[in-house]
Amino acid sequence: MNHLLQVKDLSVDFHTAQGTVHAVRGVTWHLDRGETLAILGESGSGKSVSASAIMNLIDCPPGEIVSGEILFEGRDILKMSEDERRDLNGRRIAMIFQDPLSHLNPVYTVGFQIAEMMTAHGTPKSKARERTMELLKRVGIPDYENKIDTYPHQFSGGQRQRLMIAMALAMKPDILIADEPTTALDVTVQAQILELLEELQAETGMGLLLITHDLGVVAEVADRVVVMNKGEIVESGTATQVYKAPVHPYTKKLIAAVPGEGEMAQPVGGEEPILKIEGLSKAYGAFTALDSATLTVLPRETVAIVGESGSGKSTLAKTILRLEDATGGAAFYEGRDLVTMAPAELFDLRREIQMVFQDPTQSLNPRMSVFDIISEAFVIHPEILPKSEWKSKVRELLDHVGLDASHMHRYPHQFSGGQRQRIAIARALALAPRLIICDEAVSALDVSIQAQVIQLLKRLQDELGLSYLFIAHDLPLVRDFAHRVVVMQGGRIVEQGPVREIFENPKEQYTKDLLAASPHPDPEVQAERRKARMQLEKTA
Amino acid sequence: MKTFLRKRAVASAFSLIGLVILVFFLSRLTGDPTDLYLPVDASAEARENFREIHGLNDPLLVQFGRYVWDLAHFDFGMSIRRAEPALDAVLRGFAWTLQLAVITMTLVTVMAIIVGSLAAYRVGGVFDRLATFFSLIGASAPDFWIAIVAIVVFSVGLGWVPTSGTGGWEYWILPIAVLFIRPFGLILQVVRGSMISTLSSAYVKTARAKGLKNRPIIFVHALRNAMLPVITVIGDQAAALLNGAVVVETIFGFPGVGKLMIDSILQRDFTVILAAIMVTAFAIFVMNLLIDILYAVLDPRIRY
Repeated sequence: MNHLLQVKDLSVDFHTAQGTVHAVRGVTWHLDRGETLAILGESGSGKSVSASAIMNLIDCPPGEIVSGEILFEGRDILKMSEDERRDLNGRRIAMIFQDPLSHLNPVYTVGFQIAEMMTAHGTPKSKARERTMELLKRVGIPDYENKIDTYPHQFSGGQRQRLMIAMALAMKPDILIADEPTTALDVTVQAQILELLEELQAETGMGLLLITHDLGVVAEVADRVVVMNKGEIVESGTATQVYKAPVHPYTKKLIAAVPGEGEMAQPVGGEEPILKIEGLSKAYGAFTALDSATLTVLPRETVAIVGESGSGKSTLAKTILRLEDATGGAAFYEGRDLVTMAPAELFDLRREIQMVFQDPTQSLNPRMSVFDIISEAFVIHPEILPKSEWKSKVRELLDHVGLDASHMHRYPHQFSGGQRQRIAIARALALAPRLIICDEAVSALDVSIQAQVIQLLKRLQDELGLSYLFIAHDLPLVRDFAHRVVVMQGGRIVEQGPVREIFENPKEQYTKDLLAASPHPDPEVQAERRKARMQLEKTA
Repeated sequence: MKTFLRKRAVASAFSLIGLVILVFFLSRLTGDPTDLYLPVDASAEARENFREIHGLNDPLLVQFGRYVWDLAHFDFGMSIRRAEPALDAVLRGFAWTLQLAVITMTLVTVMAIIVGSLAAYRVGGVFDRLATFFSLIGASAPDFWIAIVAIVVFSVGLGWVPTSGTGGWEYWILPIAVLFIRPFGLILQVVRGSMISTLSSAYVKTARAKGLKNRPIIFVHALRNAMLPVITVIGDQAAALLNGAVVVETIFGFPGVGKLMIDSILQRDFTVILAAIMVTAFAIFVMNLLIDILYAVLDPRIRY
């Protein structure tokens, strides 16, 4: 039988200055009408490469399609002329991407960009405009009659992805390729976008190819799944099969690494809090980013702050560190108020509160070696350590975070993402802090790496008696790691309590919504959750 | 937008005032015009008379006060040399310079955008290498040298165009050609670099996934985004031309404001120096404003 789309034995190389990279090797999969195939893989697995080959988006050179064929309705598109392929793109096979803001042209109206999809394939202008209106209405853009003439930056993240979907579906394509379509979005928005994709698929009968790193997304929408590692397919089957009975060791490892399954932590015993925040507020003009937050952190405790973008969780961290000045309230660190503290005292105190940021690629200076980055702490606070001992201390810190100490003269770009975050942690540890604020510290990492970094943080907590203020949007991760959870929305704390209470018995509607929207990697559990979510929507 | 315009106007007014003060006193440092305009053996009485007519006998601050008072009534004073209002002489010269600048910059912009975009589309290709090679030479070669070589080759040697002066269209060819080369080389480089980065941007990927042809991808999706840094450089280069392409105008005997400025400095014709500087400064203010407005037109994210 002829499949709608069939990738056969595809191999793609990239010729770089560092040598040839075999991005994918002998990849074979197929997609039929009306079904959803997920390609699952971590960064560098080559999961996006076959899609790029289908859309003719691989630049040759440096790319080279070494072997294989891509059959669309039985014809090899790799043998087609440029014009034929251009005609397929958008009209028969369309694609949406991660990060819709950068994938929409900032200087043209969304109406123009959606209509252009149709005019490029021969639709008359007036007809295209009319159809653009229909599409905007269908994907759920409010006030679409006026919004059609506005620009991408005037929409929210979720709406932008809806715009991309409207554009992709303008020509009623047979196949929609979605490359990490919800990765940059909040969980509740992610659930809405996935729902929209499923509805549209049911309406049009298109085949959906979903490229993702997220087992939860796979569980939510995929019929079949292909698991990729290092450019090869290691496993394939139905979503339930692959989750319930993985065969390949890599798949097993991947599933085991998914957070949200472990034992939840017991509350930490009642000592004097190391950090006590009372009614902390931060306003930017008329806009209140943080509205009288009150919480405590005990010694050796991990307090997670969860919330979606704009909930004020990062503002909270910045205000505690006095990177932003609070407009109200107090933050007591061991009884001393950080908000009103004199600069000299604050300088000394900053040693004890350190921060680990989300993106280690950006937060580590690329022109400094690992030794320079870590020992800079001693340059700033010279009374801590004589210069002669810096080297041995850096060595000890690198040992501590599980890095090879002999690599201390290397630069950040020579390390992987997970290793870089370990460097950032070593840097934070250099001043022997008692409290570390982790702002989305593992969000940018692959799941398996994420699990390792969380393990590291737990071990350091046990060994050094650290407290963590752990800011995150990923609920399963928080479930495994935190002692207590603080849920924020719109600058306010809506609920807080021990981790078990929040996850097993949430009281506030927002917490319930958040938990319901967070996808579970088990397709069966996920199906149950979806039912529950529909129920919630109906009652709401 | 209105507040932005008002703020800019106020800021520019202050700059103009500063400029008047600076240039007024600096120009006095060049010496006494009397020495220049009267014969060496002129009588003390004649010298005194000349000074009296041109108000050079009063203390410097009084002279300055009088100048500012006149200026407030849009009177830029009389030219010592030309026996006509300084402003008339300057505006006449400026009209020439403006024509030269507008023609040259239009040619430069159009050519640099087309050539730069095409070079960026196939980076490292033959066309790209040729364009880069010649634009680098163009951007590096000094214009006085190009001007002289051009005169030697095309006017003296081949006799195709006149060496200097004004008249029919053939008098414009060499000055425009010489002024064209440097900005063209520079702007082409900026267009090329800016286009290379926009062509690798995510929205261009989207455009390709939509099945658009190459021409709309380059000239619709990439170009408008690539123009922002380009406009800045165009403004910079245009300002240099508006200032009067002093060297080139002098070499070609072109009666523009640049040549007028040099002449009036040599002739200690203070009122003309001041008027010339004020007129060009005002022109540059207007041009910078146009560029800022153009930014907002090109990029809807920019709002003043």
